[in-house]
Amino acid sequence: MSVNPKLKEIISKKLSVDAERINAEASFIEDLGADSLDIMDLIMTMEEEFDIEIPDEEAEKLKTVGDVESYMKSKNVN
Amino acid sequence: MAVTSESIFYRTPVAQARVVVTGLSAITPVGTTAQKSWNNLVEGKSGIDLITQFDTSDFTCKIAGEVQDFNPDNYLSKKDQRKMERFIQFALVASEDALKDANLEITEELEEKTGCLIGVGLGGLQIIETNANVVVDRGPSRISPFFIPMAIANMAAGQVAIKHKARGPNYSVTSACASGAHAIGEAVSYIRRGLCDRMIVGGAESVVTKLGIGGFSAMRALSTRNDDPQKASRPWDEGRDGFVLGEGCGMLVLESYESAKRRDARIYCEVTGYGATCDAFHMTNPHEEGRGASKAIELALEDASLKPEDIQYINAHGTSTKVGDELETQAIKNAFGDHAKELLISSTKSMTGHLLGAAGAVESVFSILALKNNTAPPTLNLENPSFNCDLNYTPLIAKKRNFKHVLNNSFGFGGTNACLIFSELEN
Repeated sequence: MSVNPKLKEIISKKLSVDAERINAEASFIEDLGADSLDIMDLIMTMEEEFDIEIPDEEAEKLKTVGDVESYMKSKNVN
Repeated sequence: MAVTSESIFYRTPVAQARVVVTGLSAITPVGTTAQKSWNNLVEGKSGIDLITQFDTSDFTCKIAGEVQDFNPDNYLSKKDQRKMERFIQFALVASEDALKDANLEITEELEEKTGCLIGVGLGGLQIIETNANVVVDRGPSRISPFFIPMAIANMAAGQVAIKHKARGPNYSVTSACASGAHAIGEAVSYIRRGLCDRMIVGGAESVVTKLGIGGFSAMRALSTRNDDPQKASRPWDEGRDGFVLGEGCGMLVLESYESAKRRDARIYCEVTGYGATCDAFHMTNPHEEGRGASKAIELALEDASLKPEDIQYINAHGTSTKVGDELETQAIKNAFGDHAKELLISSTKSMTGHLLGAAGAVESVFSILALKNNTAPPTLNLENPSFNCDLNYTPLIAKKRNFKHVLNNSFGFGGTNACLIFSELEN
């Protein structure tokens, strides 16, 4: 499954990782080197860029890039 | 003589460890290393120019001493840089340079007894401004999670510790323009008492921002000689009209003499004296007879077991303000008596501007280099000394003389005073 290019760009920029490393299975913390603050920062940027609101209790469940994609699909965000 | 490790359990250690400087570094408006900065100082080159970090159109003051050509890429990843305010980046780069200069790596067995104190006068003012605008314009949910970690003053020392695994005492010392000097003084105490064997210590500041310049302008503290920036900082000169804000960082590696000897380290000098007082007089004006400042000098001399005549050079606070420069002159006369006229004194702020929380640290680096090179850097722009500023302030041109003991003065808002004495090492 290929990752939404805009999402990929945001993650790549925020976490300073090569775009190739960003796949649906990639865990933010274990694979992409994020810490808890990075994840909060990432969530805020996604909210802004995709014009959505991600409640904290939902945000806590977003562990991988795929989790974010599924969440966005469930909210009809592309 | 070093205290034994057991002696930390006694309230009064039997003997105090001697403290020596084994590494130093600086990032200043006149150079991104200590050596470059020193060379430019001795040649009388100014680092003051028009501000580039923000649009000064609406500001009465348009000049500052900004650090030029600062490039942390060889020290910090882009990702880390984004999460660190400029003063923290300065501290990380300078601490690495200072440890390199000391040829010291904090290995696992050294970690616990290595501390880090970094003086910071204000902290992450730029990130505070940015997020203050965010909360007003876009609401609290848009405040960056990195706002607080980037803003807090002690994050400079925190990040340095993370990088070098310095697991000993760690905090920022905040005493406005004396922060850097107080940090060094306090670090000396940790080593003397045997609580640490070495300290990474200094001061860092970077507030050439709208609030920084605007805030000091509101106090009418800054020079507005915008048409001639390099002439704006002119300590003790009749034409002085306020200080020029600077930014940067100075860092020292302090070690117990025993620790330095054990690893056969090169020793720059010994830190022999530290004196700290308060004017207890006014928020921002110094005491009208320089009482607190002269007492701090006297305490530093006493701490070093020296007489006034033993000092040859003072790197003065000398900010280029009307009142401050006069009262420092008075304080020096109070403390040194007849010997005041024999001293060589200079203000390197004439070239770097006033680095606030970093000033005492950067000027300690310069004091140590003055001692090592037997050279007093000049006070630039001192063309026409005020009548009551009548000491030998090394106007315009550097002077060579043999130095054995040098003094660094640092005074800050809140009436706080810190003085340090650096001495040639006697075996």
